[in-house]
Amino acid sequence: MNTPDITPLPLLMVVIPLVSALMTPILARIHRSLAFLTVQAATITSFVLACILLDRVTSGSGKVVYWLGNWEPPYGIEYSVDALNGLVLVLVAFVAAVVSVYAPKSVAAEIEASKHPFFYAIYLLLFTGLMGIVVTGDIFNLYVFVEISSLSGYSLIAMGRRREALTASYNYLILGTIGATFILLGIGHLYMMTGTLNMADLARLLPPLYHSRVILTAFALFTVGLSIKLALFPLHVWMPNAYTYAPSAVSPLLAATGTKVGAYVLIRVMFTVFHPNFDVQVIPATRILLVLAAVAILMGSLLAIAQSNIKRMLAYSSVGQIGYIVLGAALVNRTGMTGALLHIVNHALMKGALFLAAGAIVYKTGIETVEGLKGLGRKMPLTMAAFTVASLSMIGIPLTVGFVSKWYLALGALEAGMWYLVIVILVSSGLNAIYFWRVIDWIYFSPPNERLEALPAGDAPWSMMGPTLVMAALCVVLGVQAQWPVGIAEQAAALLVGGGR
Amino acid sequence: MAEWVLGRYNYWIYVALMMIGFYAIVAKPNLIKKIIGVNIFQTAVFLFYISIGKVSGGTAPIVWEEATRYDNPIPHVLILTAIVVSVSTTAVAFALIIRIKERFGTIEEDQIRDLGRRGEEVES
Repeated sequence: MNTPDITPLPLLMVVIPLVSALMTPILARIHRSLAFLTVQAATITSFVLACILLDRVTSGSGKVVYWLGNWEPPYGIEYSVDALNGLVLVLVAFVAAVVSVYAPKSVAAEIEASKHPFFYAIYLLLFTGLMGIVVTGDIFNLYVFVEISSLSGYSLIAMGRRREALTASYNYLILGTIGATFILLGIGHLYMMTGTLNMADLARLLPPLYHSRVILTAFALFTVGLSIKLALFPLHVWMPNAYTYAPSAVSPLLAATGTKVGAYVLIRVMFTVFHPNFDVQVIPATRILLVLAAVAILMGSLLAIAQSNIKRMLAYSSVGQIGYIVLGAALVNRTGMTGALLHIVNHALMKGALFLAAGAIVYKTGIETVEGLKGLGRKMPLTMAAFTVASLSMIGIPLTVGFVSKWYLALGALEAGMWYLVIVILVSSGLNAIYFWRVIDWIYFSPPNERLEALPAGDAPWSMMGPTLVMAALCVVLGVQAQWPVGIAEQAAALLVGGGR
Repeated sequence: MAEWVLGRYNYWIYVALMMIGFYAIVAKPNLIKKIIGVNIFQTAVFLFYISIGKVSGGTAPIVWEEATRYDNPIPHVLILTAIVVSVSTTAVAFALIIRIKERFGTIEEDQIRDLGRRGEEVES
C-alpha cells in the first residue's frame, strides 16, 4: 500500500458542525440572531472546505484519508473521501448552506421564538450526521451517524405547525429505527464473519466468503434497512407525511439531502463493501432492485398526480425520483451509475428549489394546496418562475439538469440491453409532465380567486428568494454546463463499477 | 439435530425476541406499547452482539496471568454505543408521545387516525 494522502479535512467536515451545534444554544443566550448566524457560518465554512476536498480528490491522489487518533486502519476509525463521497459532501454542504440562509424568516414565522436556538442546534446536528455518514470509512461509525441524523430529523419534523407533524414524526421514528436496527444487525453479521469494521478491509476480506449464508443475510439486512432510510417504494410510507408536515425550512433539507445520503450509502455498500459481481451473480440483488425501482418510478409519479397538497405532491414525486437513482445504480454499468450519481445531485437541486418555493408560498400566502396556486404567477412572479424552472427540470426538458441525468440513465439502460426501462423512464417523464404542467397551467393561465386577489402582490423577502432562485438557476446552469458534474460523476462511477464493464 | 438446535441457543433467543418486539410494533395500537416493542426489538440485537463476542474458554478481557484466552471486547464496546442510541430514540419517542397526548388527547393510534379524518372533513 503506497502512502495515503492524510489530511484533517475529512474530520473537519464532522467537527465543525458538531462543535457549532453545541455552541448554538449558548451563543443564542448572548443575542438571538447569533443562533442562525452560527448555522450559516458553520454550513458555509463546511461547503468551502468540502469544495477544497473535492478538488484535491479529483485533481490529485484520488483518495484522501484521515485516521482518528492516528490509529492505522483496520484498527482505528478511518475517514476516507474519494470522488463519490466528495461529490455528495459538496452537495450536502451546499444544500445545508443555502437552506440556512433561507431558514431565519421561515422559522420565525412557523416556530415559537423560545425554541429557535434548539431548532438551529438540531439543524446542525442533522447536518453533522449527514456529513458523517458520507465521510466515514468505518461501517459501525456509519450506523452511529445514521442514527444522529435520523434522531435530529425526527425532532425537526415534529416542530411543524400542524399537530399531524407529531404523528408523522412518530411514524418516521418507528420505521427509521427498524431500518437502522436492520443495518446494525447486518453490521453484526459482517463483523462475525470477518472481524473487521473498516469498509476497505471488508471489501478485501469478503470475496472468499461470498457464498456463506451469514454474508447473504447481512447483505439482505443492509438492503432492506437502507431501503427504508432512502424511502424506496414500497418502504416509502413514512416519507410523504414527514415531508408534508415538517417546517418549511426542514422539508427542502430533508428532501434534498436526507434520502440522497441514504442512496449514497446503498451504492457504497453494494459496490464498495461488496463487489459488483456479488450483487449480480451471487444473489440477484440488482435485478430485484431494478424491478422495485421501475415500480417506484411509475407509482411515485402516479400517486403524485392524485395529491392536492403541494408538499405531499412533491414528496410522492421524490418516491419516483429515488427510483431513478436506484435504477441507475442497479444497472451496474458505468453510464447508468453516472446517471444515478448525477441524479443524486440534480434531484437535490430540483427538489430543493421546489420545496423552497413551496415554503415561500406558505410564508407569503399560507396556501398549501395545489388548487390554491391558481393565478399566483402574477402575485409572486419570482417564486413562481423558480417553481416553473424546477418543474420543467423535473419533467426533463432539455437544457435543464433533469434532462442530463435522464439521458445518462436511458443510455445506461440501453447499454445493459434493457430497452423496456427506457420506456419506463419516458412514461414517467410523461406522468411528471401531467402533474407539473397542471400546476404551471394553473399558476399562469388561471384567474386568481377572491381570497388571493385580496392579498398584496410581491415575493417573499430576499433572504428567502435568494436561495430559491440560486437553486432554480443551478437547475439550468448545470444543465447547460453539464461537463463539471458529469466529469466527477464519471470518475466516481469508474471507481465503483470499474472501467471495463 | 438437537445439538444443532441447542448449540445455537443464543441465535434462537435473539430471533424470537426480535419477532416479539416486531409483533408489538405492528400489532399494538398504543403508542407506548409500540415503543416497548421497539426496545425489545433493539435489545434482541444487543444480545446477538454480546453473544458473538464470547470466545469458548475465554475470560473477561482484562490482563491476567492465568488467562489463556480472552473474550472479544469489541462487540461489547460497539453495543454500548448502540444502547446509548436506543436510549436516545426512546427519549425522543416519549417526548413525541407527550406532545401527541397534549395535541390529540389520546395515545391510541386508531383514535388518532379517526381524529385526523374528521379534521380533514372539517377543513374541506
